[in-house]
Amino acid sequence: MPRVGVLALQGDVREHVAMLHAIGVTGELIKRPEQLEGLDGIIFPGGESTTMAHLLATSGLQLALEERVANGLPVLGTCAGLILLSHKVLDGRDQQWSLRALDVIVRRNGYGRQIASFESPVDVKGVGVVPGVFIRAPRIEAWGKDVEVLAKLDHGDGPHPVLVRQGAIWGCSFHPELTNDSWLHQMFTSSL
Amino acid sequence: MSSNPSSSIIGSALVKRGLADMLRGGVIMDVVNPEQAKIAEDAGAVAVMALERVPSDIRRDGGVARMSDPQMIQEIQAIVTIPVMAKARIGHFAEAQILQALDVDYIDESEVLTPADEENHIDKWGFTVPFVCGATNLGEALRRIGEGACLIRSKGEAGTGNVVEAVRHLRTINAQIRRLVSADASELFSLAKDLQAPLPLVQEVAATGRLPVPMFCAGGISTPADAALVLQLGAEAVFVGSGIFKSEDPNRMARAIVEATTHFEDAAVVAKVSTGLGAAMRGAETSTLEMRLAERGW
Repeated sequence: MPRVGVLALQGDVREHVAMLHAIGVTGELIKRPEQLEGLDGIIFPGGESTTMAHLLATSGLQLALEERVANGLPVLGTCAGLILLSHKVLDGRDQQWSLRALDVIVRRNGYGRQIASFESPVDVKGVGVVPGVFIRAPRIEAWGKDVEVLAKLDHGDGPHPVLVRQGAIWGCSFHPELTNDSWLHQMFTSSL
Repeated sequence: MSSNPSSSIIGSALVKRGLADMLRGGVIMDVVNPEQAKIAEDAGAVAVMALERVPSDIRRDGGVARMSDPQMIQEIQAIVTIPVMAKARIGHFAEAQILQALDVDYIDESEVLTPADEENHIDKWGFTVPFVCGATNLGEALRRIGEGACLIRSKGEAGTGNVVEAVRHLRTINAQIRRLVSADASELFSLAKDLQAPLPLVQEVAATGRLPVPMFCAGGISTPADAALVLQLGAEAVFVGSGIFKSEDPNRMARAIVEATTHFEDAAVVAKVSTGLGAAMRGAETSTLEMRLAERGW
């Protein structure tokens, strides 16, 4: 079994751990740099990206993660986690930090504020139709040629990718962990 | 719920409760102007509560406390990227309608404001925007969830800088949950009656061992140690009202409480961020208060 960490600074950490548990993987809670040791992959949960970026810096995890991810540590990010992985963040704080490990440009709250948060079925390549839960979700506005688009959704604003992969880096703008289906965690852990 | 062309739904319980899930492990800070909102966001707040007067000032000034001026809410929305919450009076559904029209991210139907209805809370199911409500015990929490609240917070005694009431409320809710978990199925009917709570919710809590929505802590939190205390007592995030901007160095206090909330189990971190912080808000002894806000709510 691969060793999978869940970044546990803030957000829906418990749901990701439960998803991993459902497929027989123990999610390790990561709050400090030394806890990255020996991990085969890490999940960035949903939450507030500005808060997580702040806590990554103060905990020393930012530098440690930059190094590990540059050396190939696989990462799956959902919602805020996708923002943290992105090459560029629009409508964020000035100079909002991100890992720049995934060649996408995301717009924070690209689908609107909370009142516009929505559920919609999403058709995922190789998986089928899964429930999509979009909460103040980031919208992927542009992506590079090395980025594989695994699902797109047209929410009345034209089709935008909602699940992408670039090698070992996976980004998802919605929250599979808030449903009771571990399909994404299965895909991610199988790739490790 | 309503649909749009792409067969999607908005305002479902899942997306409303889901935003509360995203705030877990974080700090929601009361702010009264855009400058404070910016300080809060820079310090790592997961959300801000926009209001005209923090609870300690409401206590000092007296008078009727109402929903904030939409202009100040909009100014705060314009300056931060994190969720913006705002308060409506208990039972004042017209204030809530206004806040929804302003596109706030969460409405706090709050005992800190002067109640508008002494029998009924807002029917929260009819709104697309989610609501947070205060509770002092499990029955009150489940009544609010029955009315559609998507997030529960302890009430504490707002504006006192004294965490004692919040601790009482958290411990009471936890003890009552443990009682339900240990109860026989046939005892739950009577326990629901005692709690004055809807039976299906009582049965759900008995089965899962937790509230159906996240439980945060509010009321009197004014130091990093207070945050670490209530997180260890089972709160999943904290609201800090007067505790930050009534302290000597709000910027440092805000950062320290954010760090303590994340690393609440690591006393070395909480000790480090507590060091040389300057004075916390002065605070008040709750037993001598003339106005007890926690008693508001039915």
